[in-house]
This record gives sequence, C-alpha cells and structure tokens, in this order.
Amino acid sequence: MSGIISGRVWKFGDNINTDLMLPNSVNGGAATLDEQAREVFSANRPGWVDEMRPGDFIVGGRAYGIGSNRPAARSLRHLGIACLLAETINGLFFRNCVNFGLLALECPGVSEAFEEMHTAEVSLTDCTVRNRDTGAVLQAKAVPDNLLSLMQNGGIFPMLEKQGLIAPLFR
Amino acid sequence: MGLNIVEKILTRAGGGAPVAPGAIVVVEVDTAVLLDTSFMPHVWRDVLQLADPEKLVVVFDHKVPPPNRVSAQAHATGREFVKRFGIKRFHDLGREVGISHVLVTDRAYALPGSVLVCADSHTCAAGAFNCAARGVGVPEMVYAITTGKTWFRLGETIRYDLVGRLQPGVTTKDVFLHVAGVFGDHTNLNMEFGGSGLAHLSLNARRTIATQAAEVGAEFCLFEPDMVLLDYVGAHSSAPFEAQYPDADAVYSKRRTIDLSAMQPLVALPDAVVKNSVPVGEVAGEAIQQAFIGSCANGTLDDFAIAASIVRGRQVAPGVRLIVTPGSQQIYRDALQAGYVAMLVEAGALVTNSTCGACAGGHMGVVGPGETCITASTRNFKGRMGDPTARIFMASTATVAASALTGVITHPGRFMLEAAA
Repeated sequence: MSGIISGRVWKFGDNINTDLMLPNSVNGGAATLDEQAREVFSANRPGWVDEMRPGDFIVGGRAYGIGSNRPAARSLRHLGIACLLAETINGLFFRNCVNFGLLALECPGVSEAFEEMHTAEVSLTDCTVRNRDTGAVLQAKAVPDNLLSLMQNGGIFPMLEKQGLIAPLFR
Repeated sequence: MGLNIVEKILTRAGGGAPVAPGAIVVVEVDTAVLLDTSFMPHVWRDVLQLADPEKLVVVFDHKVPPPNRVSAQAHATGREFVKRFGIKRFHDLGREVGISHVLVTDRAYALPGSVLVCADSHTCAAGAFNCAARGVGVPEMVYAITTGKTWFRLGETIRYDLVGRLQPGVTTKDVFLHVAGVFGDHTNLNMEFGGSGLAHLSLNARRTIATQAAEVGAEFCLFEPDMVLLDYVGAHSSAPFEAQYPDADAVYSKRRTIDLSAMQPLVALPDAVVKNSVPVGEVAGEAIQQAFIGSCANGTLDDFAIAASIVRGRQVAPGVRLIVTPGSQQIYRDALQAGYVAMLVEAGALVTNSTCGACAGGHMGVVGPGETCITASTRNFKGRMGDPTARIFMASTATVAASALTGVITHPGRFMLEAAA
C-alpha cells in the first residue's frame, strides 16, 4: 500500500463513544446518511459539522469509538473525514472502520503531538505520521494490507458484491 | 509456553497453528446470531447465499414489538430471510423471544470453547459460558454468514482472580463497576475471569460481568469453565463441545485479584462507564424520575428476585416510574411463577415484555429532557436512553430498586437487611 495523505486536524479526547458520533435520534430509524451525518458530535460539540470540511482528520485519545456496533464510522466517512488517528481505537469500532471504509490508525502519542488545526501527514507505506507544523514524526501501528485495502476502497460490501455473495444495491 | 483461554479457543478455531498476541487470526465461525436490527434497511444487504444455515440463530430483540414502521419492515425482512434459508433457530415475537445474549446462553447455543459472533457490542456476554464471543457489526456479520469465517486481532490478556464471597446487597454489577472504575478501559485487551470466588457466583451473575466487558472495550471476556457451567450446558444442549481451561503456565500481561467480600455498592456517574464509579453514598439523595431494571446485563431471574425482595409490600415513590424488563419471555414466565412479577406490579412497577427496550433508548422507557434515571442496564452514555440532557446513573438492580422506593439514589443495604429478616 502506498501513498501520502494529509489534512487539518480536529482534536477530540478520550472515550469518544459511538453514541456521540451517531446519536439515537437518527440511528435505527428512517434517517438518511445525510441526516445521520448532520448529528455527528451534536451533543458534545454542536456546530462542528459546519466547521469541518471533507479531507479533514480527527485526532482522538484513548478508546476512540467505545460503545455500540451502530454504523458511526460510516457517518464520519460520509462527512469526508480522510483519516482517524487515535491513541487506541475500540476493537468493534475499528472493525466498522474497515468494513465501512474509513481509514483509521492507532498512533501512540498522537494526541500530545497535535494541536487543533495543525496539518497531519500520513504515509501509508510505513504508517508514519508527521506533524507538518512542528515536524514531529510518530509511528502508527501497522495494519495488514488486506484491511488497509478495505478501508481505502469503500469497505467490505463492494468485495462481497463482486464475489456474488450479496446483491448489488439499487438505490 | 502455556496458553490462556482465548488463545486456546482461537488456536483451535484458526486451524491449529499457534497464535500469539498481535496476530490477526482468521477463524471458522461456530455460531452466528442475527438480530432484528441487523435487518434494518440502512445497514442490511440482501444475502444471496449462506455458508451454513445450521450455524445461524435469528433473534428479534431490540425493537419488540416494533415501535415504528422501519422496525416493522426490518422484522419482515428478517422473517423472509429465515424462510428463504430455512433457519431453524429463529426466535420470533412470541413465547420464545428474548434478548439475544440472554437466549444464546440460557439455551446453550453458545457452547464452551466455541466461537460466536453477532453484530451487537454486548455479544461478549457469552464469555461467561467460556465461549469466545464478541460483537462485530452488521457488515462483518454479512461477511461471516456468507463465507463462514471472520478475523480477530489477538490481544494480550489480563487475568482476574476472584476470591471470597459477595456481601448481601452487593452484586456482580458492583464488581464490574469496581473494575471499570479502578482499571479503566481495556481496549485491545482480553479479560479472563477465574479463581475460587467463581464457585459462589451463579451463571447469571457471571454473565453480568461478561456482558459489561463491552463497556471497558475488551476484545474478549472469557470465564473459566467449572462444573456449574458444564452441568448447565450438558442439560440444555446435546451438541458436542470442548471447554477450554488456561494452562498452568499461561501468559498474562497482568494478573489482578478481586476480593469479592470487599466489594460495595457502586454507581457510575452519567455519560461514561470508564473511570466513573463512586460509592452509592457519594450520590445518595439525587432525585430520580426513572428507574430501570433490565437488558442483557440485568434482566435475569436473579434480578427479578432481588428487585421483588426489595419492593415487596412497599410502593414506588410518587413521581418515579420503575420499569422492569425481563431478559426473555422464559424469564418472564419463571418470574410470574415465583410471584416476583406480582410483587413488582403491586408496588407500582411497570413490567414490560422482553426486549432491549429502555436500555437502548429505542422504546419502552425513553427519558426526556433534563430527567434523571438510575439504571441497571448496560450503558449510560449521553443520550443513550433518550434526550442527551438527561442524566443516567448506572448501578445494580438492588440499588435501582431501593432508589425507586425512595425517589432518590439510595444505598440498598437497609432494604436488603429487611428483606432477609
């Protein structure tokens, strides 16, 4: 896997849970992806969805994505978040990042190394993370190529479609 | 070098090659559980073939009966799926419905030593049955049922040795709140429970801890098997299984001893479970409007027995709604037979049918703006049970029942002593 991506950073703390990203008010009902994405962080950081723009990064603390299996990773992808970097990422949320196609890497030290609006640069060749504003370089934990590929190519459903295991979407 | 429980189960399920922490293991799935919410139109995809329909279980639990049209649609999609693929283990609305994590253990679908997956985060409940079970999300479930496989990232394991015996009025909910409060999140780590104290804990009591492992973000939470478990599974299933014990020289990243006799009733403060527990006394007197007992963590017959013993002959405080939701309709019937339901209803409790209900904030106990709820369920995140301005305190069934009677957060000690007298 090759390539370098970069984006400006929004910082969030420890234990950012799934319900903050995808609140009950728009989960499990008739809400569209647009409507779900509008509510990301509405309880803990109202207005953020209007400030962020596609291509931005999220930098989180410990246990990012703790909570339920709801498709919160899909909401971040739908908003155009290019990469999630966190000290640690909840296992279930990480799997949903893989399966819904959101690039997510665990990177020890990342929450100390970045301030909000710094620009982060990630090399997918060796999983290094660089702060363009300070020059600091960190090593993110490696992700196996097949999982990285799913994260970068729309997740698991396109693969299952190609294999004839699920029907294509007609929407 | 010896292996711990999860390493043994994943080694077998992965085909026998030794696995070590850090490795990604591809495993055969023994049991795959689909829920009504798996069939919701915003996440479900039309499956064209299954690896093995015999390995599937379908349970409707989150939205039962359906509170809205989208849920009703999901139920219809699920029924069509069951029919098309001839799924035999189907728990539709009726006599045998219940919360999936309760059913898969009570029915012994979750076999010791096996691998079980379901979309839902609290799937780890079956760890109490020595089953490597965890939530994987709906897309992974589609992958698992169509290919028969999934993958796990094997983490390091923390061993918890339980010793001693709980005092009256103290439950394994409090043990969990102690672990979550003191040790915090277990992201990327497994939990393993064993020790001499296990002998004094019912399977229900063990499952409360295993269920809540999701709240500290554990990868897997496995309990050591003992005769209580093996006898139960043997009596409820004719399927072969091989329970897994840790080797004497198994490797753990940490070993911690929990003295059950030193535990006390705790409460998790609103909005988070991790590092958020305090003794009940610290928040005693907080006025509440709702008290909830239920969910995959606290909807057992044990919970009904505790709640009934506390409210028996008393009344729920004015201005408080006490909602009690059984973990399955079988538990409902057992609680009826034992007289618990009558005691609760006489006291003013609302006893609902079995469903995830109020715990998931979907229906049957949604909290309003600015309200305060004390809950014996799984999770207290901001907005979890309804409006994000509501405050959700989480505690044991005993503490919740006592609080419902007084209208303020209350230590259960006095009521438990009176119930025992």
